[in-house]
Amino acid sequence: MKDATVNPPSLGTRSLELYKTLYTIRRAEELIIQYYPENDMKTPMHMSMGQEAIPVGVCAALRDGDQVFASYRSHATFLAKGGATDRFFAELYGRQTGTVNGKAGSMHLADPAKGHMCSSAVVATGIPVAVGAAFAHKRRGTGRLACVFFGDGAADEGAFWESLNTACVMRLPVLFVCEDNGLAVQTPAHVRQGYASLTDIISRFKCHVAAQDTTDVEAIRQTAEGAIIRMRASGQPAFLSFTCYRYLEHVGVREDFHLGYRSRDDYEAWRQRDCLTLQRARLVDAGHGEEALRSLEQDIDERLQQDVARAKVAPPPGPEELFKGVFHEKP
Amino acid sequence: MRSRSYCEALNEALHQEMARDPSTFVYGLGVPDRMSVFGSLVGIRERFGPERCFDTPLCEDTMTGFGLGAAINGLRPIHVHIRVDFLLLAMNQLVNMVSTFSYSTGGRLKVPLVIRAVVGRGWGQGYQHSKSLHALFAHIPGLKVVLPTTPRDAKGVLIAAIRDDNPVIVIEHRWLYWATGEVPEEPYTVPLGEGQILRRGSDLTIVATSWMNVEALKAAEILQRAGVSVEVVDPRTIAPFDERLAVESVERTGHCLVADNDWTHCGFGAEVAARVSEQCFGRLKSPVTRLGFAPTPCPTVRVLENEFYPNAEDIVRAVEAKLGLAPSDLSGEDFYSHERRFTGPF
Repeated sequence: MKDATVNPPSLGTRSLELYKTLYTIRRAEELIIQYYPENDMKTPMHMSMGQEAIPVGVCAALRDGDQVFASYRSHATFLAKGGATDRFFAELYGRQTGTVNGKAGSMHLADPAKGHMCSSAVVATGIPVAVGAAFAHKRRGTGRLACVFFGDGAADEGAFWESLNTACVMRLPVLFVCEDNGLAVQTPAHVRQGYASLTDIISRFKCHVAAQDTTDVEAIRQTAEGAIIRMRASGQPAFLSFTCYRYLEHVGVREDFHLGYRSRDDYEAWRQRDCLTLQRARLVDAGHGEEALRSLEQDIDERLQQDVARAKVAPPPGPEELFKGVFHEKP
Repeated sequence: MRSRSYCEALNEALHQEMARDPSTFVYGLGVPDRMSVFGSLVGIRERFGPERCFDTPLCEDTMTGFGLGAAINGLRPIHVHIRVDFLLLAMNQLVNMVSTFSYSTGGRLKVPLVIRAVVGRGWGQGYQHSKSLHALFAHIPGLKVVLPTTPRDAKGVLIAAIRDDNPVIVIEHRWLYWATGEVPEEPYTVPLGEGQILRRGSDLTIVATSWMNVEALKAAEILQRAGVSVEVVDPRTIAPFDERLAVESVERTGHCLVADNDWTHCGFGAEVAARVSEQCFGRLKSPVTRLGFAPTPCPTVRVLENEFYPNAEDIVRAVEAKLGLAPSDLSGEDFYSHERRFTGPF
């Protein structure tokens, strides 16, 4: 059985790369929080903040050609799969230089060239598409897999169960990844779920299952790598579930503890195990100098600030852009 | 002339395209079973194997997204539904994902997905096995919708749909499966977006869809005997809809009747009426008339079903009213010849 990663770099380098990606996503979203009140980014933001370790860890276990299908909470998946930060901000600002020339916004970030195929704003809607992509990869013998991210709310939807069943019965290389933040907008799991454990149920399917309560990006990467190895060996799909905590409101850039459906104490407890703090401490323990880390963080800060500055002054799409792409356009 | 049935024409198109292009595959509920989707898939599984012709779990929505995922990754899926009504289970994938996917990539990704769906009628099909819904699909930007009427078109349209790099919904009327006509043996395409004139005439234009073309041609034959020359225009593709053929015809005749195989309210007939009225306003000698299903669910019992569906008799009467002619004697006419072949249950 071959390991999923080709020529793995040393653990130190990989740990640093994981941290850089986590930091980039966190800082990018902090910039969104900073500039959103200017009302120039007119797109509903579903922030990844607090949940970044899952897409970063899982995407680190994927190969370049593997494909990701994301939900509307897609900032982290988009950047973790290699999406460019300049096109990311340009898209949020609705500019011609964005990923889809401003037509997609935050909810539909996509960069197929990087393997980030789509982000979908209707819960569970990307999951069936990932199953079909996996079928094509299997049929064509590409060795690629389809990885689909969704929240625990998606498990309330029929499309999730239909897709899981189809991937199991057709033996397709789909990596199902549940970001279990326990909330559908503000509705808690116990109001929605007539069962005790999702993973217990899924373990009865012909599917590899793993669940973890962790914010450790390295643990998540290892879990994903293990699942991918088992998938390749057995030909069956895998389902991963990671508990996490959404720091901000469902949509928007603010905290929402004043609404009373969850407490600040919970947040503070999760904040203690924040994925960035953990990974940064690991790097310091492994001998990475504080000075070097700060310099690296500053570089990222500057690059992101430049991306924002450039996006702000970039031109909006011309009116002809409206009609472009309704149907396939031959290059 | 090489004569084939509509069903044989569909089957020949699939055989030829699947032999030509190994990226094609056909799937759907019951697709490989002994009925072979009313015969249209005869020999496909035997010839191309279970990997390219297969059954699915009962999940139309997911299997539609499945087709999309396969289509954006180099395959050309053909998803088959034995009734259009089942497509309603797939509306989320169709309208939220399939129709928007190319747009979501700035047109860079292609979605060569074909969805075949059969319209049922007669012998108690009732209100969940008889819908056409083509206006519903045609309302959505990003979807192409085509309704072949003749055997020649069935083959050419299906080949064009398979070769198209966009999602195409092909709506096939169950009763047309028995229709026979000239079908060339070699593969050919009937371009999507182009209509055709099924019968030339000079006094009045009937724009008809799917089965209603059969009724329109029958009505035209009857009216001819009364000295009325009717032109029958079959748009074939209703999305994208090129209205020029209908408009040019009405410019010549001055009268337009739309016979749609669907409900009239907010339907394709209304679209044709609007476009013809917009473009032929000064030349219209009468307001555009629409015929379609009664505004009710489709009843099961035959006597009510006959009231529900418009037929050639209704067309004749509507034309006579438009032209101010006295009602002719239709007592000797045979209006439901095709239905006699259909003794159910499906």
